[in-house]
Amino acid sequence: MSVAQAARPPRPAGLQNPYSRLPDWFYPANVVFWLGLFSLYGILVTFFDFTPAHFGPYLSPFDSPEVAGRVLPPALWVVWVPFGFRLTCYYYRKAYFRGFLWHPRSCAATEPARGTYWGETRFWIFNNLHRFAMYVTVVQLAILWLDMVNSFWYRGHIHFGLGTALMLVNVVCLSAYTFGCHAFRHLVGGNRDCLSCYRLQYRLWKGVTVLNVNHTIWAWVSMFTVWATDLYIRLLSHGLIPHGLWS
Amino acid sequence: MANEPYDTVDTDVLVIGAGGAGQRAAIAAAEAGCQVLVVCKSLLGKAHTVMAEGGMAAALANVAGADTWEVHFQDTMKGGKLINNWRMAHIHATEAPERVLELERWGAVFDRTREGYIHQRPFGAHTYPRLAHIGDRTGLEIIRSLQDHLVHMPNIEVHMETTVSSLLTWEGRAVGALAYRRVDGALVVYRAKAVLLATGGAGRIYRVTSNSWECTGDGVALAYHAGAQLQDCEMVQFHPTGMVWPPGVRGILVTEGVRGEGGILRNSRGERFMVNYDPERMDLSSRDVVARAINAEVEAGRGSPHGGAFLDISHKSPEYIRRKLPSMYEQFLKLAKVDITKEPMEVAPTIHYFMGGVRVGAEDGATTVPGLFAAGEVASGLHGANRLGGNSLSDLLVFGKRAGDAAAVFAQDHAGPVKIDRAQVERAIEELLGPLHRPDGESPFALEEELRDVCTEYAPLIRDREGLEKGLERTLELAERAARCSAGGPTGRAFNPGWHTAQDLRNMLVSAEALFRCALERKESRGAHARRDYPDLDPKLEAVNMVAQKSEGGMACFPVEREPIPDELRAIIDKKFPRFELEEGS
Amino acid sequence: MADRTVKLSIFRGDPGGGDMVTYEVPTQEGMVVLDAVLWVQSHRAPDLAVRWNCKAAKCGSCSAEIDGFPRLMCKSPIDEYGDEISVRPMHTFPLIRDLVTDVSWNYEVNKRIQPFTPSEADLADPQPWRMQQEDVDRVIEFRKCIECFLCQDVCHVLRSHGQKDAFFGPRFMIRIASLEMHPKDAADRRPLLRGEAGVGMCNITKCCTEVCPEHIHITDNGIIPMKERMADLYFDPLRFVAGKLMRGRE
Repeated sequence: MSVAQAARPPRPAGLQNPYSRLPDWFYPANVVFWLGLFSLYGILVTFFDFTPAHFGPYLSPFDSPEVAGRVLPPALWVVWVPFGFRLTCYYYRKAYFRGFLWHPRSCAATEPARGTYWGETRFWIFNNLHRFAMYVTVVQLAILWLDMVNSFWYRGHIHFGLGTALMLVNVVCLSAYTFGCHAFRHLVGGNRDCLSCYRLQYRLWKGVTVLNVNHTIWAWVSMFTVWATDLYIRLLSHGLIPHGLWS
Repeated sequence: MANEPYDTVDTDVLVIGAGGAGQRAAIAAAEAGCQVLVVCKSLLGKAHTVMAEGGMAAALANVAGADTWEVHFQDTMKGGKLINNWRMAHIHATEAPERVLELERWGAVFDRTREGYIHQRPFGAHTYPRLAHIGDRTGLEIIRSLQDHLVHMPNIEVHMETTVSSLLTWEGRAVGALAYRRVDGALVVYRAKAVLLATGGAGRIYRVTSNSWECTGDGVALAYHAGAQLQDCEMVQFHPTGMVWPPGVRGILVTEGVRGEGGILRNSRGERFMVNYDPERMDLSSRDVVARAINAEVEAGRGSPHGGAFLDISHKSPEYIRRKLPSMYEQFLKLAKVDITKEPMEVAPTIHYFMGGVRVGAEDGATTVPGLFAAGEVASGLHGANRLGGNSLSDLLVFGKRAGDAAAVFAQDHAGPVKIDRAQVERAIEELLGPLHRPDGESPFALEEELRDVCTEYAPLIRDREGLEKGLERTLELAERAARCSAGGPTGRAFNPGWHTAQDLRNMLVSAEALFRCALERKESRGAHARRDYPDLDPKLEAVNMVAQKSEGGMACFPVEREPIPDELRAIIDKKFPRFELEEGS
Repeated sequence: MADRTVKLSIFRGDPGGGDMVTYEVPTQEGMVVLDAVLWVQSHRAPDLAVRWNCKAAKCGSCSAEIDGFPRLMCKSPIDEYGDEISVRPMHTFPLIRDLVTDVSWNYEVNKRIQPFTPSEADLADPQPWRMQQEDVDRVIEFRKCIECFLCQDVCHVLRSHGQKDAFFGPRFMIRIASLEMHPKDAADRRPLLRGEAGVGMCNITKCCTEVCPEHIHITDNGIIPMKERMADLYFDPLRFVAGKLMRGRE
């Protein structure tokens, strides 16, 4: 084995994946940039912004549900839910293992030597608890739907603004992401060997599969909709951008 | 060279070849309690069986309730133009369903009917939809199911990437084989109480073929040199639909399943030409008829741009095509840049199957050499003058099992120690290593190419005496040159393709010679064997098979009469069965 | 397309050492990398070792790394590459010679997986089995596998970390999945998955899915459902208790 390895020809410098037609640094670089930027934003909001992003009928997904008392930043009570869900998500695992940890950076690329690799059997073993994060996320999602419905109603009138639109789009994308989750797919029917024996479960499983095929897309899109929704409402609540749709 | 070292390995049953037949035979012999050793040229599970696409014929009657073994028997006999071994056709038709169901219990997965039973698709010259299938990769499913069953049997051992170069005999009985490991070139002598050949066909003797490199007629040559009789070697099946363009993929198979699923053949004028050749069965006529029809259209100037016909399935929905013919879709998209859900495919006949091979007994696959058995494509008899699609996969299982059972019984009856003729081993080793010790002989690759040209040119779809004689003459001359060829290159025996090809070449030449000799002998047109100088079927020749055998002056070829068919089976052949009407486009 | 000449660099050597050797190969339309390699073999280097069988992407023998990326040579059209193409043997398996590697480890792994095991009742059933297309469809996807071992080659657990003793690799994850999801299989391979097979070593970076020539969704449909099934048994106390109660009622 070791002798055989010694005879290996050197790897070519620039790997070209013929299926993707993109240079192999493209994916990890994107992950690091966007996921990194969003994480920085999240840290800023969670730990340093004591003002709740609540403006008129709008409530940011970072701060919902609103927890009484202002001892800690409001987002701190909430963000652990989506954070846990996305950290253990089967898509984001690929993203951060490739982008940040270079395990591996890209297919067939050489990995930096860093001691023994244990996969998800030691430190990362908590990733197996993804389903519990999903349960809590579903509860939070229900609250976000309520927030969205509430945002249509302000001071006894039907209301519709950019914030409403953002909250609507956001909650739809979050739902598509959450209900396309691999753990959810497993629990609604994937765990059955005889799916056809349970017609309802089969139909559910088929539906979840449709979302699951595009889980990557929903993972990214929902991240950006959360970001946009929060940013808009947060800026409003700090009075940094003008409004004027109501008085 | 006289004292070349070799390992000696003892076993009860030696199975040569690990395709469907070899694996099924090994399982049967192991179940009977024998120690079994399987030797195969490539890795386990890569045998040519994986390329079978359409399905496995068995009268399960899951789709057409009227289907019985009798109808299957009739289809097989009529398809084979009545020179089949009727006993084999009878056994095959009655036992195929059992073998399919057995495979399912070993974990094979087939497409299902709405009721949950194994689905069956229509296929050329089968009266009823009869082919158990899984998409268009049924062969892979069979190989994998057998393989996963086999590797867990404690008394089966597999020696992969090991090539048998000659059989060893003791007082006329097969007692083992000499082989070499491809990886390091080490020699092995196998001593066995019974030897079973399951080496497949010899499609590589043609230039345009659907066969993988392994199909070099090894079993035919091994059996021939051990003194066994060969039979029906003139019967070579052209599959009507192989890929034609681009040149790099010429010959790759386009499954008959395309036509089974509703694909239509058209000529360059857009005419559905099968109307003129077989108005009743049309595109699903037997393979010999369809292949000749395409050939005739091309010769009449109505061929496609690259000398073939158009095969169109684009009238079916894209989803249906992708589900039922996934690998065809992928194959055309990737290799020919043709989207078969939108455009027609261009197809032409390609060499596909050897109906002829080693002459065997119907019940037990015993060859004319005691202790030597054969099953699968290497054996002959079941398919007569033309094989029906789907019959070969069921052939592998039915006769693989029977031959394995019989080999086990033979081994148990001959339990004493096996004796080997050392001088015979020495001679075989000398011949085997020859190409490595001749530095300046011809290249085996070039000779192989030449042989392909000879067979393609002189034993085509439609043959005549001059061509066949010329072909035979060229083959004999090539055999002489091949005996002096050189493996070339500085490398020794470790994975040396030049050397491997020299061995393959020697085997291919036997199949080619038998092909030309038997074809000259059969002075009529029947099934796959069509002659320009004898364009009609000769009823007198229905009773005989052409047999080839090693003799003093080289290969002898002569007609041998078959046992007459009993009246009750004869009556089944002549019976009229109701036609199957397709209900809806399920 | 005008026929052109490509420079094909092929790794030539054995466990003792080796080098890239460049050959000029004339091309024609529709040619794949395997054609070019075989052209070299029959015209320039008769001892060039290469493993291939069907040349139709059905057997999975001709796996290699073309321009550094694992692919089947028979399914890699020359015109997808530039004028210089490199062909190397698979990196993960011990080299035998030139492009041929020793993949026997995979066959040993397969023997350690409990084979298809129907229930006693199903075995005793004299009638042909009934299964629904919906159920077999899931299994069929995995059974498309042609055992080219490209996924094993690209899997970084085996490739970069050499942990063949800790992880069976993607090919055998879907082999286990095909058995576990089979409607007639009654065995429980979750302890195997957690233990010897080492499904936990996979960190879902999906390179196996990227290289699969059969386009099997190895990770999404195979490995992840297996991780989830394993979680049912080992990482889900709620489900464990619920399962106990349900069984108690029956």
